[in-house]
Order: sequence, then structure tokens, then C-alpha cells
Amino acid sequence: MAEVLVLVDHANGTVRKTTAELLTIARRLGEPSAVFVGDGFDAAKEALARYGAEKVYRVESPDVTGHLVAPQAEVLAQLVASASPAAVLIPSNSAGKEIAARLAIKTESGLITDAVDVQAGEGGGVRTTQSVFAGSYSVTATVTKGTPIITVKPNSAAPEEAAGAAADEVVSIEVSQAAKGAKITESKPKEATGRPELTEAAIVVSGGRGTGGDFSKVEEFADSLGAAVGASRAAVDAGWYPHTSQVGQTGKQVSPQLYVACGISGAIQHRAGMQTSKTIVAVNKDEEAPIFELVDFGVVGDLFTVLPQATEKVQAAKG
Amino acid sequence: MNIVVCVKYVPDAQSDRTFNDSDNTTDRVGVDGLLSELDEYAVEEALKIVEAGEGEVTVLTVGPDQAADALKKALQMGAHQAVHVNDPAIHGSDSVATSLVLAEAVKKIGTPDLVMTGMASTDGTMSVVPAMLAERLGLPQVTFASELTVDGSTVTIRRDGDAASETIVASLPALVSVTDQINEPRYPSFKGIMAAKKKPVQTWSLSDLGVDPSLVGLEAAWTKVESFTKRPPREQGQIVTDEGDGGARLAEFLSAQKFV
Repeated sequence: MAEVLVLVDHANGTVRKTTAELLTIARRLGEPSAVFVGDGFDAAKEALARYGAEKVYRVESPDVTGHLVAPQAEVLAQLVASASPAAVLIPSNSAGKEIAARLAIKTESGLITDAVDVQAGEGGGVRTTQSVFAGSYSVTATVTKGTPIITVKPNSAAPEEAAGAAADEVVSIEVSQAAKGAKITESKPKEATGRPELTEAAIVVSGGRGTGGDFSKVEEFADSLGAAVGASRAAVDAGWYPHTSQVGQTGKQVSPQLYVACGISGAIQHRAGMQTSKTIVAVNKDEEAPIFELVDFGVVGDLFTVLPQATEKVQAAKG
Repeated sequence: MNIVVCVKYVPDAQSDRTFNDSDNTTDRVGVDGLLSELDEYAVEEALKIVEAGEGEVTVLTVGPDQAADALKKALQMGAHQAVHVNDPAIHGSDSVATSLVLAEAVKKIGTPDLVMTGMASTDGTMSVVPAMLAERLGLPQVTFASELTVDGSTVTIRRDGDAASETIVASLPALVSVTDQINEPRYPSFKGIMAAKKKPVQTWSLSDLGVDPSLVGLEAAWTKVESFTKRPPREQGQIVTDEGDGGARLAEFLSAQKFV
């Protein structure tokens, strides 16, 4: 059975949920081989095995982790040449897409980004589904040349446990001078909020202009639901919340089970980031706000009174 | 400091974008188009760099006739000259072919100190062409910059990732892509609009670039769109007005949907 390479998304060995999703998808297409770059393999091994990785290619060279993107593309190109995989699956974040882009050129292969589903194609190959034009269209596509390189969005598959051997082998790589052109000279880790990551969360509660800069009620409501907190572009531009929390066309596109928009009018820019969510709820003082066109449930009211009441009821229900 | 900014003419995201039934490509004719919003940040940043020192900003686009409008906007903002690669054989190209044509055009212009782009197009939203371009031109890529400084021989950026905020340094020449956090793009002034009319715009075909037509276009693409389906619009559910119990009713709804 052909291998399927999966680039592991981790922070010092803590494997993200997206990796479990990609390994699950990989099992549909072949035998998953995880590609682990950086430190912390011992912490990661168990999770990789649990979700079906049969092999793990380990890359530990600081030349790879200290430089942006290009060395990882070289590592994957080397593995594509040696393992002839049926496909390469990479998480759809900014680094992932750039690695995939360079890999496509290096291996002369077709590239599909932001897949929300990946299945084995009839007669071999791989068929992907994407949600495009701010979620207004669904597109199916295939790769017609080379090794399919697919970047996959979070929440595209329910992770399935399937014990794999996770037999590791260290890959040695000579990173080319050209790939060392962009050096990471400083890295300031974001403070952990204790909340789920925005693109992976099952529930997202977002705040917008209507918060007036005070996100406390939004955060308390989010915490009562175990949700991630997002922000509209207006809130981010005003400096109320970081850009990495922005939901929208120029921020993150999320597709959680539940999306709650608080004090957000629902301009196209924002809708592009959340309109494929399974259930949408909004709280807004303005009954004409466009967001209400999208909702499964909406409350016309002040979020400063509605959210605390809702938070209290949710907490009571949870006991 | 000479800079080439790659820009794209895209269907207006506020309009009803769609696909051509005939070949599953994006309809670029039936919908009004404009300079991709995210590219304005790249043009603005290039202008700021050049205005602080010396040099020129050249804007480059690959697109059909109407793509000239994207160049016009950039020239009105202050770019010095423009290059339009326009060839019917390019229709239906994937990102790989687009990056090939852009790379050859950049080389023909004369690879500058900085090649700049926006962080993604607002139609394909792949965010891959800048990296492919860097790969083809053999340049270090410094992407998703939210802050940028250039000093003679190096470019330093700040990039805000999910896990960390990073400082990245590359020596020139380099390729840089910028986010919408980096600046406030200027509105063209009346003077800028008038001046743009006299600025040089060169139009090149594939043969001007020495690119073999069999390498681009729909047939040459390494991926294929098999089908497109319009998703049904969402139906509006229940809207209630808060009369002292809005929060409670919200919690009830979530309970009924098993979120609590």
C-alpha cells in the first residue's frame, strides 16, 4: 500500500488536533507516514501512533527549524522522491500553504489548498472538496500531475483512533544555502489563553464593534461553553483584540459546530470567515444588521445584558 | 531600491461571483472586477519604502484586458510604471502556471531589490503564488509581514503566527508579502489620478516572455476543477427581541441544539 505523507502540526511535541484529522484522512488514501520536524518527538509519538501513523520521519536539524518554510519544503521534496507517496497532506495554515507551494514546484505536482474533504478518487488519485467564494460555492477537484499535494482545513474530518506502529526513522537533510535565506531571529510565544484554538474549536464566540472594546462578557460566555474567542475586523483594527483572533476574509476562516456573533453587523468581509458554520447565532442591538440573515437563532438586544444572562443559564445547566 | 509589486484583478467580492459553465473557470467577465483589496497594502508599502529613499515602484499583473484597471489604480496611488502580461493562452491557468508567467515577467523587468505581493488574492485565496514565485526566482521569502523595515541590504519583518510573533530577517533581493495590518492604503489624490494617465504601461504576450504556451492555460493545469455547486442560501431561523429574557432564550436554544 502506498504511503501518504502527513506533515505534523505541533508545538514542541504537543500534537494539534489537525494532525489527528490529517492522519485519519491519510488512512483513506494509503498508509500514513507522519513527518515530524523539530523537537519533542518523544512527547508526540504516542499521539501519532494512536491516530494511525505507521512510520514517522523525524527531522531534527536546527537548519530546518531556524529558517522559514523553505527547508521544510526541501525535506518533503526529498521524502516525496524516496517514498513515492500517494499524496502529501499538510495543514492549511500560512506556513503550511507556503511549504506546499514550494513543494509543488519542486516536485512538479499539482496543489490543492483549503480542502474541507479529501477522499480516494475512483480509479486511484484523490478527490477534494473546497468551499469557495466566501462559502457560496462548493467545488470538487483533482490533481492531474505528479504527487497530489493537499492542504487541509481544520475540522475537515472527525479524528478516528487506529493504532499505528509509528516506527520512527531520522531523516538527514542537507539544507541548501538558498533555503536559508530567511532566518527567524526572534520568536515571542503568544500567551496561552487556556481556550481552544480558533480554527479547531467546535464553538466560537466572537465580538465586534458592539463590544465597544470590552470583551469581558464575550469571554465569559465563551468560557461557559468551552469556546474559542474570535473578533471582527473592526474590533481588531481598533486594537481591542489581536489579529490572530480575527475571523473574516483577511483573518481566519472558521467552520465550527456553533458560531455566536456578538455586536457584529455581519459585513461580507466577516461573513466570508464564518458562514459555513453549522449553527449560527447572533446578538445585536440593531435588528437590521445583515448578520441576522444568516442565523439559526438571533437576539435583538444589548450583548451587555443578554450575554451575562445566557452565561448564567449555561453555567447552571452544566451544574 | 527598486520594487516590483505583483497585483491581481479580481471579481468584486461584494458581487455574486460565479463560475463559467463551459470550462469551470472563474467568471472574470460577467462580474465587475477591481484591484484585489489585499494588493493595495503591498502597493502602499512599496510606495512608502521608495518615498523614504530612492527608486521606483513597478506594478505587474497577469490577466485579461480588464486587468488594466488594477494597474490603473496602482498607478493612481503613485506607482511609476506598469507591466500587463495579457495573452489568451493564459486563461484557466492554475497557480503553478501563474507563478511561471509572473517569474518570467519579473526577470524581464530586471529582478529588483524587492518583489512584493499581498497575502492572498480575494478570489482564489490560496496564498501560494508568492511562495511559488520566490521558489522560481530563487529568492528568500518573507511573508505575512505585519511590520517591515528595509535597510540597504536586508529586510526585517514581524509576522504574527498563531503560536508566536516572529521576527524574520532576509538579505536582499527578497520576496515579501504583506498583510492588511501593515498600513492604511492611500486614496489616489486628484493629482495622482491625472499623473497616472501619462505613466508608461507595457503590454507583453507569452512570446515576449519566451514562455511556451503549452506550459500555461487550462489544459496545462496540474489540477482540475471537476464540479461546482452553488450552496443554498441559509434560511433565517428564529429572531427574538430581548425583553429581559433574551439571554435565557439564547441558552434555551443552545440547550435544545445540544450545545449545553
